[in-house]
Amino acid sequence: MFQVRIHGRGGQGVVTGAELLSVAAFLEGRHAQAFPSFGSERTGAPVVAFCRIAEKEIRLREPVLEPDCLIVQDPTLFRVVDVFAGLRPGGYLIVNTNKTFADLHIEAFAARLPKGHAVIVPATEIAQRHVGRPVPNAALLGAFAALTELVHLKSVHSAIEEAFPGKVGAANIAAAEEAFAAVVAQERAAGVADHAAAV
Amino acid sequence: MLKQIEGSRAMAEAIALCRPEVICAYPITPQTHIVEGVGELVKDGQLTNCEYINVESEFAALSVAIGASAAGARAYTATSSQGLLYMAEAVYNASGLGLPIVMTLGNRAIGAPINIWNDHSDAMSMRDSGWLQLFAETNQEAVDLHIQAFRLAEELSMPVMVCVDGFILTHAVERIDIPDQADVDAYLPPYDPVQVLDPADPISLGAMVGPEAFTEVRFLAHYKQTTALRLIPKLSGEFRSRFGRDSGGLIRTYRTQDAEIIVIAMGSVCGTIKDTIDEMREEGFAIGLVTIVSYRPFPSAALRNALAGAKDIIVLEKSIAVGMGGPLATDVDEALRNLPHAPHLHSAVAGLGGRPILKASLHRLFRQAIVQPWEGTHFLDLNEKIVGREIHRTGKRRRAGPTAENILRQLAADAQGAEGGR
Amino acid sequence: MTDKTIATLAPDQAVQRLRYYQKGTFTVGNRLVEGEARAVQASIDRSNALTCGHRACQGCGEALGARYALDTAMRATNGQLIAVNATGCLEVFTTPYPETSWQLPWMHSLFGNAAAVATGVAAAMRVKGRRDVRVIAQGGDGGTTDIGFQCLSGMFERNDDVLYICYDNEGYMNTGVQRSSATPPAARTATTPAVGEEPGNVFGTGKSVPRIAVAHRIPYVATATVADLHDLEAKVMKAMSIRGARYLQIDVPCPLGWGTASHETIRLARLAVETGFYPIFEAENGKVTAVRKIRKPLPVTAYLRMQKRFAHLFKGPGEDPRVARLQAMCDANIEEYGLLAGNES
Repeated sequence: MFQVRIHGRGGQGVVTGAELLSVAAFLEGRHAQAFPSFGSERTGAPVVAFCRIAEKEIRLREPVLEPDCLIVQDPTLFRVVDVFAGLRPGGYLIVNTNKTFADLHIEAFAARLPKGHAVIVPATEIAQRHVGRPVPNAALLGAFAALTELVHLKSVHSAIEEAFPGKVGAANIAAAEEAFAAVVAQERAAGVADHAAAV
Repeated sequence: MLKQIEGSRAMAEAIALCRPEVICAYPITPQTHIVEGVGELVKDGQLTNCEYINVESEFAALSVAIGASAAGARAYTATSSQGLLYMAEAVYNASGLGLPIVMTLGNRAIGAPINIWNDHSDAMSMRDSGWLQLFAETNQEAVDLHIQAFRLAEELSMPVMVCVDGFILTHAVERIDIPDQADVDAYLPPYDPVQVLDPADPISLGAMVGPEAFTEVRFLAHYKQTTALRLIPKLSGEFRSRFGRDSGGLIRTYRTQDAEIIVIAMGSVCGTIKDTIDEMREEGFAIGLVTIVSYRPFPSAALRNALAGAKDIIVLEKSIAVGMGGPLATDVDEALRNLPHAPHLHSAVAGLGGRPILKASLHRLFRQAIVQPWEGTHFLDLNEKIVGREIHRTGKRRRAGPTAENILRQLAADAQGAEGGR
Repeated sequence: MTDKTIATLAPDQAVQRLRYYQKGTFTVGNRLVEGEARAVQASIDRSNALTCGHRACQGCGEALGARYALDTAMRATNGQLIAVNATGCLEVFTTPYPETSWQLPWMHSLFGNAAAVATGVAAAMRVKGRRDVRVIAQGGDGGTTDIGFQCLSGMFERNDDVLYICYDNEGYMNTGVQRSSATPPAARTATTPAVGEEPGNVFGTGKSVPRIAVAHRIPYVATATVADLHDLEAKVMKAMSIRGARYLQIDVPCPLGWGTASHETIRLARLAVETGFYPIFEAENGKVTAVRKIRKPLPVTAYLRMQKRFAHLFKGPGEDPRVARLQAMCDANIEEYGLLAGNES
């Protein structure tokens, strides 16, 4: 079972991101469970969402305490929430920012993860360019597909298309593709094994 | 058809497949998505021959369902927690009148203190009301139980509550098989009322019944629920034949064959318990699980059969009868009472107000029950330090202030203190 | 002066044979009047939706009002009618288990939800394609103005196709005459006893549901009394010709609760109208459209003195000042609704 935890703020599409990921896994014939840490709706408040992906039925019903992959949609959360809690030693980290790990004072933490497991993606900027709104979730899913190779980018596309038909969907798909390519480039630059799944 | 959708949405689609005729509801977290889902299906024409009514309170919601059902329409509503209490008078009225209404209960804690998260206190508050109460373990079962519920309610002429853990199930997106309309139609025929308001054949419904007959009326309701002990497995069996999966029934057993320790629970926590059991089995524990699906009628005989061979029973429940203990534990105890070598019963309360029940905590709990059994009711993951401090503080002066707020303040202070150390 | 009615009941016949001797009341239909103008009550074929054998007190205004209203509604709908009843006197005295005096489909659920239950019945009829079947919700003032108010307002707001009839006897009579928000000022009840500085119900409280119904702008609102059968029947007929939320409030004196003689029920109701104590009007979609004029207004004391529930106002040597306040209340009603004949305001 692969467990993902997504941190962000209300209004950034954190919950939708987790759901789309689960749909992508479903489309590949896997079992997936996505759910938010529940609370009253409030824009701007810290939000956490979870996604589990497995080959068989997922019975566990607790928050993801030991994620295999951590996605941080909003770097201002580092001071507010213990975002890294439980991240597995061999886990992955995706941070939505146009700064560096050093700028964010998390370089040491990122360095503890295996080579190539921690990446930076300016997802908000990518989303702004393609979709016209600063909602980074689709782009981050593209990044996830590239980083973990757990789902195909094609599945991410289909999930986005199902949820957002027409122009909005197409724009989000474009954002996902750009983020995917960006991560692939980062991985190559880091000297990590070539990614076979381009599409 | 397999879909990856939110539990609420799946339930909405299942309910729509049951061809409801009158739906009414009042919004309350966490059931709102279900009724919104059905409302949408009505409004955009996918669900036809259905009146969807926006009412001004939960009391009105169930009252509208009562009127509709008495007039011969298949009626549905949904609520949670505070809403269930607000319609409490109507809850007893519906069952007393023998109306086959189906209601989804998105299980949520009852305040004060106000709490929107999951536990079973709402279902427990109405367990004596004469409604049947079925608990879903997964969203798939939630879908399936609604279909079975309409059939069950209408055959018995008694209302049925389908209990679904709020947020944990209602707001989770997972893989669910939504049945075909044709299969549902074959399983669930149109509503044929036992009693109906009809100008062609007038009846009076809702008479006052005095001491001379009230006992008999209540006995018959109790008796009818006991016949449901046979009907529920029958309908679940029919469901399996037609839809190809196990759903519903009275109880379900998991690795209880040779189990010395058996855990009993209801609802979504059973999934986590199964994972825990598998891990403990690998370490050599002879441990299993009984999931109670039908809480009312209470499946005493089925439980006795399933539990007879065990040495220790751990009842894990998301409810507390203040001043008494765990209500489910009390009911289970009743089932075991006359067994020749009754197992030891350990009562544990967990998940109140939505506190996550962690697999790690369950590991500790199940072991503790054997190694260091407790007396009375054990509260899983209780913050004993805070509780101790609060008891001490309130003992010191009369005007101690509201307990809930004081505890929250202490929690915040502790959290800050912990952060200060970083 | 009483009317003599001779009833002969042939054992093998379900129809009760009646012969009326017109003797100076306005109540029963006159055999000299042409067909359509005759009251529904005058007809041998009337449905007797509320038939004899119930347990109401002698002189009960509510029993009379319910029979008048429902027989009319049955005629208007050709017998395609379902009634939903709130808990209260009417429900209790008509259904002493195992008997019922209702000859139409009838349901009692709870005290406060008659309007909502009726909404459900109406929805069921729509779904079943039975546009011909109409629904009436009914209850006393307690079940309507107080505990039933939320459901009533909800029904109004949704414009559900229900006629709600409130039989207003100004108190919770079935439970022993307690005060409701329809109890008039100064009236004695068990919870507003005639003791202390301000005996009886206090001024400055109370609720007019007809006014509130008008404010909801529902298609039809009317008040009526059991003193004017033709007016009441006409209003029920009118109401049944309209689809949507409708409200009818009928003044029904209660001999027990008001402390009046059982044969004075109709006279009391007439006095309530003619003193201006109980304005009789109709309203549609938020506007008053018709009022029942008072030919010769009477002082409120003519009405009050007949009732023991106001007896404490007349005990002292001089006139209790609250009588004047009640008179002022009547005068204000007359002014507001333009109730004086010849006063076309």
